[in-house]
Amino acid sequence: MPFSAPPPASGERYALSASLDNARHLSSLLRAVHFQDHATCLATASGLRVTVEDAKCIQANAFIQAEIFQEFSVQEESVMFRISLSVLLDCLTIFGTSSLPGTSTALRMCYRGYGYPLMLFLEEGGVVTVCKINTQEPDELLDFDFCSTKVVNKIILQSEGLREAFAELDMTSEVLQITMSPDKPYFRLSTFGNAGSAHLDYPRDSDLMEAFHCTQTQTNRYKISLLKPSTKALALSCKVSIRTDAQGFLSLQYMIRNEDGQICFVEYYCCPDENISEAEL
Amino acid sequence: MKCVIAGGNVKVLGRAVHSLSRIGDELYLEPTEGGLSLRAVNSSRSAFASFLFAPLFFQLYEPGSTGPDTELFRCKVHMKSFLGIFRSLPSLEKSVGKCLILLKPRASRLVLQLHCKYGVTKTHNLAFQECERLQAVFDTQRCASRLCAPARVLAEAVVHFPLTLAEVTLGTGPGGKIGLRNYVEEEAEPSKTMVTELWLAEDEFQSVAVAPGSHITFCLKEFRGLLSFAEASNLPLTIHFDEPGRPVIFTLDDTVLEVHLVLATLSDLESNSQSPSTNGVSHLPAPSDDFPDDLESYMVAMETSEGGLEGPPSPTFPLRTPRPAKSQPEEKEEEEEEEEGAVPGTPPHKKFRSLFFGSVMTPGRPDPATSQEVLAEDSDGES
Repeated sequence: MPFSAPPPASGERYALSASLDNARHLSSLLRAVHFQDHATCLATASGLRVTVEDAKCIQANAFIQAEIFQEFSVQEESVMFRISLSVLLDCLTIFGTSSLPGTSTALRMCYRGYGYPLMLFLEEGGVVTVCKINTQEPDELLDFDFCSTKVVNKIILQSEGLREAFAELDMTSEVLQITMSPDKPYFRLSTFGNAGSAHLDYPRDSDLMEAFHCTQTQTNRYKISLLKPSTKALALSCKVSIRTDAQGFLSLQYMIRNEDGQICFVEYYCCPDENISEAEL
Repeated sequence: MKCVIAGGNVKVLGRAVHSLSRIGDELYLEPTEGGLSLRAVNSSRSAFASFLFAPLFFQLYEPGSTGPDTELFRCKVHMKSFLGIFRSLPSLEKSVGKCLILLKPRASRLVLQLHCKYGVTKTHNLAFQECERLQAVFDTQRCASRLCAPARVLAEAVVHFPLTLAEVTLGTGPGGKIGLRNYVEEEAEPSKTMVTELWLAEDEFQSVAVAPGSHITFCLKEFRGLLSFAEASNLPLTIHFDEPGRPVIFTLDDTVLEVHLVLATLSDLESNSQSPSTNGVSHLPAPSDDFPDDLESYMVAMETSEGGLEGPPSPTFPLRTPRPAKSQPEEKEEEEEEEEGAVPGTPPHKKFRSLFFGSVMTPGRPDPATSQEVLAEDSDGES
């Protein structure tokens, strides 16, 4: 059950304060973006956004809306800090990661503001753990400037069809090539590894294809090592939307249903591999 | 070559590849008129396996065209690459409806295309290498002993031996029983060794025709791969063996599939004996008593000789013999000739190829005249 933390001594309210009956609603989503040690947290009235970046090429965001929390209040317009995601996850799962039916860890999160640590109060079965995690100056985040008006090609697939493919990607290939086209092969994932090349084709009329809006044939390559972590998000999700813009920037948006049936989103943005990207037939 | 495998047979093909992967690092593909043959040999050439899928196994089978002087194209690929396509057997069963294999020599590509659920197509373009024919010389007719048992019986017997056990001895015992015992090196300390021995009654076997007192020792690890395939396919396994030192041949037969696993066996010598190389080529017609004491020195002799054996010949793989018509339902003879364990890339003895080519996989056709002579003469500068 959620419980209240004592108010700060000076009487001022916390910059961010939230409580969650089931910490897994947060931890499972954070794991889907955990490919770097550090993350930037942004809290606004709409909820919490946790961002992880790598190599100035890839960005992943996990969104946990305010509605998911039992209590969620942000004092200023927004609150932002950098934190060790590994430590945060370790704390959130301090009572273990296996989930017995009926048991869950309750969470209360408090942040006094700039310079203060993030306080976590976790409770399970009457046992309480208090964690204080240091926060840092937030990094400047990449802006992929990816908005719906700039989308050239878009498909929505049931995750079930992609999960195995992503898990079995030939990692000896440096790139993952994505072809999207109004004509054959419609949607193709290709790798070029030591064994040879491999192509995975999804026809536009496949049962897996929930939406297919491709206006132009585009072939782009992305560093496979950067995209591989998205497999975690794919594994949790029920649907994924794949979009590209005119420059070949890739947006992957995963719709994730949590244990209570609530919907959350994780998205990955990736730059095309500079050396080779082109729009070709 | 173009072929299509449909439905449950895709999984059978996958299991065959898994089985072959336990033998060697390269998969040899040889399309013939009689079917598609997949083969593998281990690095020491003491184990050879072949899976021959008859044309009926396929939904479509086109081995390719041959001219009067050209042979059907054959190649080898890295086992890992091929295995990767069939890695997950459960998912093959669940999602793959059809598998298409296209061998395009002129385009230098081997294409494997899996047609999966939801209209999804997985296409793999594999690099391959042209290769010479991979054959082992063996003859089940010349084996004095033969056992046939359901795979399950053997699997249950073998489960008692540790997975790390290298060699096992199979032999006959009192009362017609058949025994299995782990092979213990002579240098091993008796106090530190565990010996496991189990005996199977004759009635556990479908047929027993063994020379009394016979026994052979072979590598269990390599046998396990075939055993799991046999168990999964529910086929009876036949074991052909002869004297120690001569190869043991395991066969599986089915209307559309023929499997052979040939393993070298330890020779019965006073001192520590080794599995002689499976090289069927030698320049001495009879085994000599100066058998090298340890495998290493023997193998070194093999490798350094310019394609010929310097030590005694391998008595394990005898010369080819005529093979009966393929219409026989039981195990079919298959003589093949082991590739010379020579410098890679060295073409095999032309003499062999021209004699054996065309005779191995032709169903029903009588064999060309063959002789029992020492064809296995090493012709590399010595004949």
